[in-house]
Amino acid sequence: MTDVHELALTVNGVPRTLRVPARRLLSDALRHDLGLTGTHVGCEHGVCGACTVLVDGRPVRSCLLFAVSVDGSSVTTVEGCCEPDGSLGPVQQAFWDCHGLQCGFCTPGFVTTITAYLDENPEPTAEEAREAIAGNLCRCTGYQNIVASVLRAAEIRREARV
Amino acid sequence: MKPSSFVYHRPTTIEEALDLLAEIGSDGKVLAGGQSLVPLMSMRLAAPAHLVDVNRIDGLAGIQTDVDGVRVGATARHADVEHHEAAYAAVPLLRQAVKHVAHPTIRNRGTTVGSLAHADPSGEMTAVLALLGGTVTLRRRGGERRLAAGEFFVGPLESAVGPGELAVEAFFPRSAPRSGTAWAEVSRRHGDYAVCGVGAVVTLGEDRRVGAAKVGLISVGPTPVVVDVTDAIVGQSADAVEAERAGRLVMDTVDPDADIHATAEYRRHLAGTLAARALTEAAARASERAA
Repeated sequence: MTDVHELALTVNGVPRTLRVPARRLLSDALRHDLGLTGTHVGCEHGVCGACTVLVDGRPVRSCLLFAVSVDGSSVTTVEGCCEPDGSLGPVQQAFWDCHGLQCGFCTPGFVTTITAYLDENPEPTAEEAREAIAGNLCRCTGYQNIVASVLRAAEIRREARV
Repeated sequence: MKPSSFVYHRPTTIEEALDLLAEIGSDGKVLAGGQSLVPLMSMRLAAPAHLVDVNRIDGLAGIQTDVDGVRVGATARHADVEHHEAAYAAVPLLRQAVKHVAHPTIRNRGTTVGSLAHADPSGEMTAVLALLGGTVTLRRRGGERRLAAGEFFVGPLESAVGPGELAVEAFFPRSAPRSGTAWAEVSRRHGDYAVCGVGAVVTLGEDRRVGAAKVGLISVGPTPVVVDVTDAIVGQSADAVEAERAGRLVMDTVDPDADIHATAEYRRHLAGTLAARALTEAAARASERAA
């Protein structure tokens, strides 16, 4: 017997409906049911942070949520961290500028985490930037450039404001 | 790494939730933040037939502060507790300890009451509850009971929440005047489970010297351990406590197990060292507050 539910989510600003079994993880709902494969699944038990998305603006691990339990929420994935015209958002641009990614597997989780963090703290120090990304793992160990990307993203956001 | 199938329930009132839990009995689990439950289900260490999602129940997400202390509702997130100014003013140890619970992303979803009910021996909030003399309120259809930490924490990953019961609230008593608190912890990696963690409460007498002191420890036993160390530091000047004797008392009291992360001896050493550190900081804060 499968317990199937009809859900309504707003994903990257677009209203979406989907029918999923109760056990469907949000990460899988995004990837398999909605075809948004930008969200990556690494450890699938909440350790690596690759699957981080924003639910109602707050970063959360999508592999630790059942899609059905966030029915009605607004979800932002890495695909939604861009400018309205589709060009790179400040955090994405900063990763480009600073060589903040190597293999790129962990990058979606970093981009979503940092996007939300800079809303909360637009002027982080290098130490705060390091703390902000401490919950995300990069197996290429490219952390120096990721910290630089956080600071660069803050700079891009500042420049955009003036 | 996918959870097995279950039947999902999403009650919108406490009464509806309690009816559901009563019907389901031991074949179901409560889903709040899910930050411990979902990985357990993904790893198939848990396979409940029913999940009762309490996140949409009105009135469970609140954090209330009054003259007695802080009441944290079942679906209040760790992050809500961390950033709640009135709760911090009333019970500073809440914020001091909750900052050590995993990472901000996990704290955005994980709940304080849920982590108490999960009763992980390395869960920071278990020791905060035990150390401060807090309580957890359990409701079931037609009844309610309020348990102190000693009764609530039964063993590793086992709390007193029975089939049909819902932990609706945790209560943390307000810090006494002229008291200070601190949390000290060592983990293998930032945000990881504590190899050992210690909370301290130091209360000064009218003469502003140490009147009472105790510590609460995690990861050194099946449930949080509270040690009264008053005798080891009573009467000392709060600005410069010599906490080594208290640390030794803690080392002699705890009986930690060895595991893959640390030997029993190393854990015992950490318990003493971190206790001394937390006590010194707590005493300095008490002195500041009393000034």
